[in-house]
Amino acid sequence: MPGQTLFQKLWDAHVVHVEADGTTLLYIDRHLVHEVTSPQAFEGLKLAHRIPRRVDAAIAVPDHNVPTTDRSQGIADPISRLQVETLDANCAEFGITEFGMDDIRQGIVHVIGPEEGLTLPGMTVVCGDSHTSTHGAFGALAFGIGTSEVEHVLATQCLWQKPSKTMLVKVDGTLGKGVTAKDIALAVIGEIGTAGGTGYALEFGGSAIRALSMEGRMTLCNMAIEAGARAGMVAVDQTTIDYVKGRPYSPKGDAWDKAVAWWNTLHSDADAAFDRVVELDAAQIAPQVTWGTSPEMVTTVGGRVPDPADAPSEVKRHDWTRALEYMGLAAGTPIAEIPVDKVFIGSCTNSRIEDLREAAGVAKGRRVASNVRLAMVVPGSGLVKQQAEAEGLDRIFVEAGFEWREPGCSMCLAMNADRLEPGERCASTSNRNFEGRQGQGGRTHLVSPAMAAAAACAGHFVDVRKL
Amino acid sequence: MHKFTVLDGLVVPLDRANVDTDAIIPKQFLKSIKRAGFGPNLFDEWRYLDHGEPGMDPATRKPNPEFVLNFPRYAGGSVLLARDNFGCGSSREHAPWALEDYGIRAIIAPSFADIFYNNCFKNGILPIVLDAAAVGRLFRECETAEGYRLAIDLDRQTVTTPGGEVLGFEVDGGRKHRLLNGLDDIGLTLLQADRIKAYEERRKLEAPWLFN
Repeated sequence: MPGQTLFQKLWDAHVVHVEADGTTLLYIDRHLVHEVTSPQAFEGLKLAHRIPRRVDAAIAVPDHNVPTTDRSQGIADPISRLQVETLDANCAEFGITEFGMDDIRQGIVHVIGPEEGLTLPGMTVVCGDSHTSTHGAFGALAFGIGTSEVEHVLATQCLWQKPSKTMLVKVDGTLGKGVTAKDIALAVIGEIGTAGGTGYALEFGGSAIRALSMEGRMTLCNMAIEAGARAGMVAVDQTTIDYVKGRPYSPKGDAWDKAVAWWNTLHSDADAAFDRVVELDAAQIAPQVTWGTSPEMVTTVGGRVPDPADAPSEVKRHDWTRALEYMGLAAGTPIAEIPVDKVFIGSCTNSRIEDLREAAGVAKGRRVASNVRLAMVVPGSGLVKQQAEAEGLDRIFVEAGFEWREPGCSMCLAMNADRLEPGERCASTSNRNFEGRQGQGGRTHLVSPAMAAAAACAGHFVDVRKL
Repeated sequence: MHKFTVLDGLVVPLDRANVDTDAIIPKQFLKSIKRAGFGPNLFDEWRYLDHGEPGMDPATRKPNPEFVLNFPRYAGGSVLLARDNFGCGSSREHAPWALEDYGIRAIIAPSFADIFYNNCFKNGILPIVLDAAAVGRLFRECETAEGYRLAIDLDRQTVTTPGGEVLGFEVDGGRKHRLLNGLDDIGLTLLQADRIKAYEERRKLEAPWLFN
């Protein structure tokens, strides 16, 4: 019998029932809930007089709408406030644990899951949020769902699914200094395209992935959805187990030993066959900067804005032309000559402690350039913020002229008060450079935390390796 | 859930690839705790020249005359013709809610993003994958002939053009059955309650740490 992929192992462990056509009822171990995609699901439950099947499998946190400035007065925007209050009320009514806005554990749902040990290897993890792929870093099968499925999981603890195809993204070799998991993610998307992973579960493997910390792996799996894949994953190894050990919700005692024994089997077998294999050489990856309105519109910091005349197809030529117009960029402009108006360091992609250390390492002893109107650092959770402050990172940022904020999704999608104004250009550590994503008319360039901090201090993009 | 059986609908051509769900329904409208009422803000940033916020009266907005949904000839369209990777990005189900509320009942494209594709079926919208060449042909015909309509038959899995060309499409059997009959997914799954319980009992022994 040929070996199994990690995806197949995770899938097989969660099969409740298979229909004749292969449609599978899959069991869900962990359900993460936030305020934006859950109100209609709770309403649906109530209308049908249903109750959640397992409240212990769910955990809720408000993150998209929360202010990143002083919270003592609550949320100023009444519509945002109502949405967060609705989550509070639903969790109270049904008995779901919630880390409320004033809880030190509050933060971005994809940061707090791993931080609390709510995300564990071998789990199926879902959330009404496409960046749920993040949790695959733990050797878990994790993917985003819509609100109808949020309701379905609440009511049944299961989802109807068909198995995905599998793709191995193998990155071997050693990353150069100043090159990060974010750069790998963008390089992969540049290689396979924003729809390259559609229909697939991605597994990231190879020596460069093994060498990444859990936080780096989370950054990478987080961006799997930007390559079109609902799920990204990394095999369990000692790095995974060391990270999980001792977290508030991770198993203890005998259960820990039993869990580790199973988790150690969660890797693709050596002879497992994938539907597609993509290989990259880590040593060849340079710091990445997106220039357009899709994450696949990406080049290296030493590159130039491409000419639509060189686009590989008519449809792409049309897209590139439109993207350059939206971004206010001329073909051929060196990336390093593009000035920035704002800098955002945060989001479920890059707001963990290592991201903040990396950015602070660049900011230390430098100043935010005079042409940069706002450079903000938004930690991923209250605990990340606390840790950063214990290490003095907040002082480094503030002394350099960055604003040090409260945790939340913030300007990744600008549902709260943090946003770009029309025409403003931003170096952002988030995950999407779509039109209007960070504010109507805003222009987003996706980069790593170090590259964002470097752009803040230089006033334009700059190769962090040359600082 | 809404049924989908047959549709004879006016076609709206949206000639862009990688249309993301942020474009379909921008974030400021996601603050609603309701499932209905997103239609006036479908494609808000492309459709209007002024900045949209929740609660604005659509009658006071400034429509963008260059955006295809605002062309008088496409008023009342129910079939959206799109390019590759339609619905990519955020998992927000507000995107199909907005499309449905506007009156779109079927979307034809060479490919869809996975989460969006799945969300459509939950809301009575039929996403149809046709090969890029066929979609290109439909774009040309639609842009040439005013009042261009397509006839869609889910049971037969066909799209028929005004010229009589019949294009077949694939759809998963289970999804087709649920859409044709407008079945409640949760109600169907709850029929499997014994199997779910048996799985849980087994799993509690194998992996007790998953049950707190």
